[in-house]
Amino acid sequence: MPYPPVGAIDCDLHPAVPSIKALLPYLDDHWRDMVIQRGVHELDSISYPKNAPISARPDWKPEVGKAGQDLVRLRKEALDGFGTKFAICNCLYGVQLLYTEDMAYAFARAVNDWIATEWLDKEPRLRASIVVSPQNPDYAAAEIDRMAVDKRFVQVLMLVMDEMPLGRRRYWPIYRAAERNGLPVGIHAGSAYRHPVTSVGWPTYYAEDSAAQSQAFQTTLTSLITEGVFAEFPELKVVLLESGFAWLPAHLWRLGKFWRGLRMETPWVDRHPLEIAKDHVRLTIQPYDAPPRPDDLEKLIEHFDSDEMLLFSSDYPHWHYEGNNAIPDGISRALQNKICYDNPLATYPRLKEAVT
Amino acid sequence: MTVETIGQASATKPANQKLAIADCDIHPSPKSVEREIFPYLSKRWQDHYQTYGMLLRQPYQAGPAYPKGQPDAARRDAYGPNGEKPGSDLEFMRKHHLDPYNVQLGVLNPLKSGQGLQNPDFAAAYCKAINDWQIAEWTSKEARLKGSVCLPYEDGFLSAQEIERRAGDTNFIQAFMLIRTSEPMGNRRYWPIFSACQDANLPLAVHAFGFGGTPVTGGGWPSYYTEDMVGHSQSAQSLVSSMVLEGVFERWPKLKLIIVEAGFAWAPSLSWRLDRIWAQNRQELPHVKRPPSEYMAEHIWYTTQPFEEPDRRGHLKDVFEWIGWDKLLFATDYPHWDFDDPTRIPLPRATDEQKEGFFLGNARSLYGI
Repeated sequence: MPYPPVGAIDCDLHPAVPSIKALLPYLDDHWRDMVIQRGVHELDSISYPKNAPISARPDWKPEVGKAGQDLVRLRKEALDGFGTKFAICNCLYGVQLLYTEDMAYAFARAVNDWIATEWLDKEPRLRASIVVSPQNPDYAAAEIDRMAVDKRFVQVLMLVMDEMPLGRRRYWPIYRAAERNGLPVGIHAGSAYRHPVTSVGWPTYYAEDSAAQSQAFQTTLTSLITEGVFAEFPELKVVLLESGFAWLPAHLWRLGKFWRGLRMETPWVDRHPLEIAKDHVRLTIQPYDAPPRPDDLEKLIEHFDSDEMLLFSSDYPHWHYEGNNAIPDGISRALQNKICYDNPLATYPRLKEAVT
Repeated sequence: MTVETIGQASATKPANQKLAIADCDIHPSPKSVEREIFPYLSKRWQDHYQTYGMLLRQPYQAGPAYPKGQPDAARRDAYGPNGEKPGSDLEFMRKHHLDPYNVQLGVLNPLKSGQGLQNPDFAAAYCKAINDWQIAEWTSKEARLKGSVCLPYEDGFLSAQEIERRAGDTNFIQAFMLIRTSEPMGNRRYWPIFSACQDANLPLAVHAFGFGGTPVTGGGWPSYYTEDMVGHSQSAQSLVSSMVLEGVFERWPKLKLIIVEAGFAWAPSLSWRLDRIWAQNRQELPHVKRPPSEYMAEHIWYTTQPFEEPDRRGHLKDVFEWIGWDKLLFATDYPHWDFDDPTRIPLPRATDEQKEGFFLGNARSLYGI
């Protein structure tokens, strides 16, 4: 697999909260007391077991602590390594998994302030997503408005599996706030684990949880389209992060077939779902789940009927490839340029402002 | 409905009409449970049915919480001349479906068959009755039709008993369950089913829908019937992931799995994804000896209704080639509203041999008839 071209925009990398202690300075007195008095443990999700192969590429893994917790290494391995112009930090600390909505709100604020101070202030190539607490969409919207003042925050971050499918009207305050501030909504792999990750119950193996993520992205996209999110918020873009992308055309063919037969049920869906997705949905390229043979990848890319949907991501420090070979074979040079520059700039207006 | 294919239907050659076909998904129903099913139920279960009805892991007694697109999800023209329920009258089915479409092999997949009932003993008794009824009312009267052994699949032991009871009975050509199980289908509780199917040399068909009780998405219950219907394909993907990653096909190397009414175009991308996940997690999966795509290619067949319809037929040709033309089985879903008409589906450009296999030959070789 080739390297990304120099100056690419990395739309998904993961700085790690080294420990809950790192957030204490960013929590207010009450929550700082609660963390200490109640012995609140680390909010590390079971989506990324610490030593599972996906969680940290061996050469990106420190002797002590978590992969992605050290700015010096992230700078060297990810930013210098890929020669990226900008990289968007998606912090996966498990704020969305908490059951107490005011605790989740407090932690979301702390994580965002921590990212601004510990990462963005220290490294001009970094940008970040606003972590929100979907447990209470009004709180989430308030946090979007608070953080959006800082132009280095370029996106809102959610997990693909929450209490309800993400198109549900309950979440619309989040989309309204995102659209109001000109921010895409990034939906990352992972779950709040309110339900089994598969529609047929809890799996046995971690590998099944990994596999189930792409099914969750499919049902989430179904939900966003059928509920009418893109009809209500015509300016909104959604970026699917760590979603895989090979599933997208086939899924939208099927959704399109049922839409043709059942559109009486959702009259606000006034176009074929593939057309809606081409305008509103973007997907990051790692982890790469497309065919191993380049000529098959070329066919698959044709099925998208668009060269504007894919975005470059390193997914640092997660392990999906070796070296800097983050671009799959079978993607033309012209498409690489779209994936690495043009599409991210078109998706993230705040990056475009920074470039011009 | 008849299939609408924007700008494509007219391009399909009407010559298809003369093809003999296998229809791998036909849904028969009793005209009356009391008249047609009770004769095969003991007094205890007749009384149970009258007292409690059919309690599933769903909110309503009478039907699904997502109202269908049509009453009983049926084609409007599928009611018999005297108003018989769709799929309930053999003579009408012959005239309306089997004869005009030249169906040489029709696979019966009864749906309200007791599968997924909360009470496992009732489920077993009702499935057994449905299986007896298929012989009495359908397969003994019409040689083109073959039955499915409905399994009370949440109980592996009782399911294996039912498979053993029907083993060697040529009225049946497959065992039958629903996709939405209460645990992923590769889990050990279902293993007796796989042993019994392999021993009886019966393929195992798994049909969309079911009553596992968990939401149809990993993120909770959606709002719309559309989402429930599209969601069957995600359930099928989770099912396949579970079967492969639990090592089911390694343990039962002769097991044949048929995914019914849950799409097929998702299969290539799932196989690529599973191969990568398998390669990365070998430590967790020592019992999975080969790349998942190999098990999928060897062990899984797909019925094609509802047929995927990309705007460009060439895209579907890629998908057919990735899956293998010999693994796709034509089905109509008669008498349901989302029926696929064999003369109108936008089949990719195919050789005569591929077309013959798709409409008939693949089913014949899979079922060995």
